[in-house]
Amino acid sequence: MTSFTINGRAVTTDVEDDTPLLWVIRDAIGLTGTKFGCGIGMCGACTVHVGGRATRSCITPLAAIEGAAVTTIEGLDPASNHPLQQAWRELQVPQCGYCQSGQIMQAAAMLRDFPTPSDEEIDAVMTGSLCRCMTYVRIRAAIKQAAAKMGPKA
Amino acid sequence: MTRLQTRSNAAPPLSRRSFLVASGAAGIAFGFSRVIAAIDPAVPGSVPAPATGPLFEPSIWFGIDAAGIVTVNIIRAEMGQHVGTALARILADELEADWDKVRIVHVDSDPKWGLMVTGGSWSVWQTFPVFSQAGAAGRIALIEAGARLMGVNPAICTAKGGAVHAGARAMSYGDIAKSGTVARQFTADELKALPTKPVKDRRLIGHETHSLDIDAKTNGTAIYGIDATLPGMVYARPKLPPTRNGSKVVSVDDAAAKKVKGYLRYLVLDDPSDTVPGWVMVIASSYYAAVKATDLLEVVWTAGPGADMTEQTLQDHARALVAKADGGIQLDIADDDSTPDFRAAAATTIEQIYTTATVLHFQLEPLNALAFEKDGVFEIHTGNQWQSLILPTLAKALGVPETNIVLRSYLLGGGFGRRLNGDYTIPAALATKALGRPVKMILTREDDVRFDSVRSPSVQRLRMRFDGSGQIQAMEHHACAGWPTQVIAGPTLLAKTKKGGQYDPFAISGADHWYDVGHQRVRAVANDLANATFRPGWLRSVGPGWTNWALESFIDEAAHHTKTDPVAFRLKLLTGKGRNAGSAPNAVGGALRQAEVVRRVAEKAGWGSKRPADTGLGIATSFGQERDMPTWVACAAQVHVDRATGIVRVQKLTLVVDAGTIVDPDGALAQVQGGALWGLSMALHEGTEFAAGQVKDTNLNTYTPLRIADVPDIDISFVESANVPVGLGEPATTVVAPAIGNAIYAATGVRLRHIPITPAAVLSALTTK
Repeated sequence: MTSFTINGRAVTTDVEDDTPLLWVIRDAIGLTGTKFGCGIGMCGACTVHVGGRATRSCITPLAAIEGAAVTTIEGLDPASNHPLQQAWRELQVPQCGYCQSGQIMQAAAMLRDFPTPSDEEIDAVMTGSLCRCMTYVRIRAAIKQAAAKMGPKA
Repeated sequence: MTRLQTRSNAAPPLSRRSFLVASGAAGIAFGFSRVIAAIDPAVPGSVPAPATGPLFEPSIWFGIDAAGIVTVNIIRAEMGQHVGTALARILADELEADWDKVRIVHVDSDPKWGLMVTGGSWSVWQTFPVFSQAGAAGRIALIEAGARLMGVNPAICTAKGGAVHAGARAMSYGDIAKSGTVARQFTADELKALPTKPVKDRRLIGHETHSLDIDAKTNGTAIYGIDATLPGMVYARPKLPPTRNGSKVVSVDDAAAKKVKGYLRYLVLDDPSDTVPGWVMVIASSYYAAVKATDLLEVVWTAGPGADMTEQTLQDHARALVAKADGGIQLDIADDDSTPDFRAAAATTIEQIYTTATVLHFQLEPLNALAFEKDGVFEIHTGNQWQSLILPTLAKALGVPETNIVLRSYLLGGGFGRRLNGDYTIPAALATKALGRPVKMILTREDDVRFDSVRSPSVQRLRMRFDGSGQIQAMEHHACAGWPTQVIAGPTLLAKTKKGGQYDPFAISGADHWYDVGHQRVRAVANDLANATFRPGWLRSVGPGWTNWALESFIDEAAHHTKTDPVAFRLKLLTGKGRNAGSAPNAVGGALRQAEVVRRVAEKAGWGSKRPADTGLGIATSFGQERDMPTWVACAAQVHVDRATGIVRVQKLTLVVDAGTIVDPDGALAQVQGGALWGLSMALHEGTEFAAGQVKDTNLNTYTPLRIADVPDIDISFVESANVPVGLGEPATTVVAPAIGNAIYAATGVRLRHIPITPAAVLSALTTK
């Protein structure tokens, strides 16, 4: 049995404890916004927050998150209105959209570390998130727009 | 070029479809339940809202309910192009609908829709006349009915904002639909004759909008094929055989697999359609159990053809084929079909070979399908780009008529042509038939790549002959690659020459260019080894993705050979005369429009200005995907070459596109942004090779598509135009690689003739220069 919280809700599961967190979130809990892309942690589509840190759920075994707080795209903001989500909509970032949950979750974690990220910081952090439709120009612009709106952290 | 028609679905072209304009009290003449079996990408969870009250269905393409909600039926797949939004705006503009009340649904594979295919950058171009007429016919029917209901003469009525107006009075479309009394029929000829709006009166086409599929893609509520579930379903992962074709299972041992908790059984597929020979499905109660058990399952096969195939063998074979004078199919290009004489004296000749590597689709959502049988009907839930092509194969595999099979649409986590080939639906369907319960098959990334219909490697030989004064007298273009249409779609979809030769138009298109080159010969050669080893795929930009790499690199070489500026050289050849004059409606202006985008891109990119050392500007142009649907595009790439490492850094891409009328400006821009970066990715970053019959790179640890840090500045502009809207999903892809190759030459004087261009290749070329 493994217990943790997901989007603020306590869950306990008897899924095999070597199961990647990704499949627990998608199939056992039923939150499908987190996506399966490569299975080796190199595309970023499965990115969630564990204890506030961007984490590749496809290579994180369930056992490793015992007691942790997990946040998925569905829980990033109660009204799906995180400044990044607003910017993503305003600039019409998504094309197929499949990677975008992971892009947004990765960017949200980045803005905690770099509230006003430079291009180099965006490159360094976001390069782990593949967008096969190649919406990169808009991803960069949307991150900057959201950062400007959020303002520097006090 | 003949448009695609499938064997089983030879419906007349959509634009000739006669349609009935009628409504009943509930408007169910066409069975509204089928439309609910569709997805609305604007709604969380994709489930369309039910209609309010009676439904007015003026054609199969849309309905209006009593609340005035206009629901437009979209037969194209949504894979990132926001296609439903663009198409619905064409219809809604003519209908004079209130855009805020327009919804879209992506429908299932009911035969009434006719040919269902999403590819070739055709969607807007093919749908524009159909939806314009459907909207106009609906408007006329509503005006007539509204006039009757208000007791006025229809001649004094106008339609605007989702209502019929008669002087100060007005009646909303919803109220007209609510009356349930609209009946009007148009013949195909009447439809064709319906006047469509003058450009100045358009309220939606060409205006900015917010695409309907965007919002659900930012909060996790968008539903893709991989998200489809059904109570009682089991999970499946395939154990893939050693070769794509002809493998046979000898024995299976699941002793180790049985130790995995959740493992249920394995299933050796018996496939009458021969789509997935040698497949063994591993069935489990969870996906991860299926993944683990598949790794542990021991299967012995006898391999089919190509088990020892290498990239080198494929390329060598293609080189031998293009070197031979005979073989392949000569296209009907020249005024006479004789072979240009390259032996005559007093002329100079240049000849070069260009090659491209095997490329993966790597659409981010791995292939998957949920299949089940209900009341004798097999339902396949998945994202797919060409329902009409796979339905007959599914029927053969399952041994049931096509009418007993339905493909339900979902959002596609990337298409790029991979999902034109619906082969992945077959194993899920066979498994559910064998097990008698719903089966959810998901491929791992490595499975997905090994099962990919890759872009075939290609080899092309180009020759040009000049007279003593440097005038071009003749040109030849021989292209050899795997032929996707021949292998996946079958011989009936091949193009035919006047002499009866059959060839894959999608493996040669682009070579039949708009330059005046005198005596021209274009020859398409199938790489039979490629066709036997794997199932060559249509990959974003398809043939022009490699033909234009060769053509535009070669035109640059020809310019330098004649000591002419590459922009001036192209402009001189783009005269718009003779066969390159173009014709109405699709190619009005012909090569002169291509000359214009070349001129504009050169000016925007600062052609001719001095650049720093080892930095160069290269130019390339294209007419997109097909001569009879030309999208005129030109690209200038500015690159810097690091002579120490061989690393090519693209600093800026400038593109100018003439795609005729632009329906959805921001969506059009997104397509060109993505298309151009795909071109950059295939030019410098991605490519794989066959080794022992399989592609060598099966995941992102070694396959390296473009990432955000590699994205250059991009400057994209469109030529303002009222011409026929043509395609935008692919044309930008075709110009980037040759522009980069030409820029490397401008920067360093070395010519690269293979993509992807690796630092090692650049270093080697610099050393041997």
